[in-house]
Amino acid sequence: MNWKKKDAVLILTVLLIAGAAFGVHEFAGGDGADTVTVKVDGKVTGTYPLAKNQKIRINGGTNILTIKNGKAKMTDADCPDQLCVHQKAASKNHESIICLPNKVVVEVDGSEESEFDAVAN
Amino acid sequence: MKNRVAYFGVFTALALIFSYVETLIPINFGIPGVKLGLANLVIVIALYKMKLTEVYLLSVVRVLLSGFIFGNYFSIIYSLAGGLLSLTVMALLKKSKGFSVMGISVAGGVFHNVGQLIVAMLVVETFSVGYYFPVLLVAGLITGLVIGIVSAEMLKRIKNIQF
Repeated sequence: MNWKKKDAVLILTVLLIAGAAFGVHEFAGGDGADTVTVKVDGKVTGTYPLAKNQKIRINGGTNILTIKNGKAKMTDADCPDQLCVHQKAASKNHESIICLPNKVVVEVDGSEESEFDAVAN
Repeated sequence: MKNRVAYFGVFTALALIFSYVETLIPINFGIPGVKLGLANLVIVIALYKMKLTEVYLLSVVRVLLSGFIFGNYFSIIYSLAGGLLSLTVMALLKKSKGFSVMGISVAGGVFHNVGQLIVAMLVVETFSVGYYFPVLLVAGLITGLVIGIVSAEMLKRIKNIQF
């Protein structure tokens, strides 16, 4: 196989960018997360505390989000690929669970911008 | 030159079969959206063996057909964004010389994922998918590398055939 010098440069660049992006995420995010925000089609439909164990019906029941032991996990979705259900539980600041077919985004937020929504199912 | 249509059909069929084979492989990398991208193998080979306009056409036809057969409306949009961005980057790198098949395939794999991530950001209107960015970069790097190595071996064996 004929590797060329620029191949190595390319691979190293990609690894560096990935490492930098990972580092930024790890250190900029971190602790202090205590609420999850649920968005459907870009609109916020509710904010829920991570401290309280609960099940949230999103988008009229297309997705079910379960908050347990300070972690949010999508436990049910009506889409065929079930990618959001297989995503790992989100608990750190800025982590998210996304269901693309239903345009549902669940984001974990820090306390500074928490606004509790009274409408918790 | 009248063989062009036939060759195009063969390449399309090959890409479709690879897409199908991929749906049969139950490898779940645990990360949404990460696939081996076997069909990209055909695209990489075509990039070296066919005219660029034909490769673009092949890429679009492949995505549309496999999308209608194995996927859905969403997967078509993602694959199209990823496929076209990836092909454009690969074509540019190939033109600029200095990159081997492996390098070009790596760039293709990485930008395939970048393209899909951009569409995901637009669809859900959030930047929080950026969380997957490093994961998708590394995943694209690895799958691109695998595809690149296989492509290099294949191109070596079909050196004398020009479609």
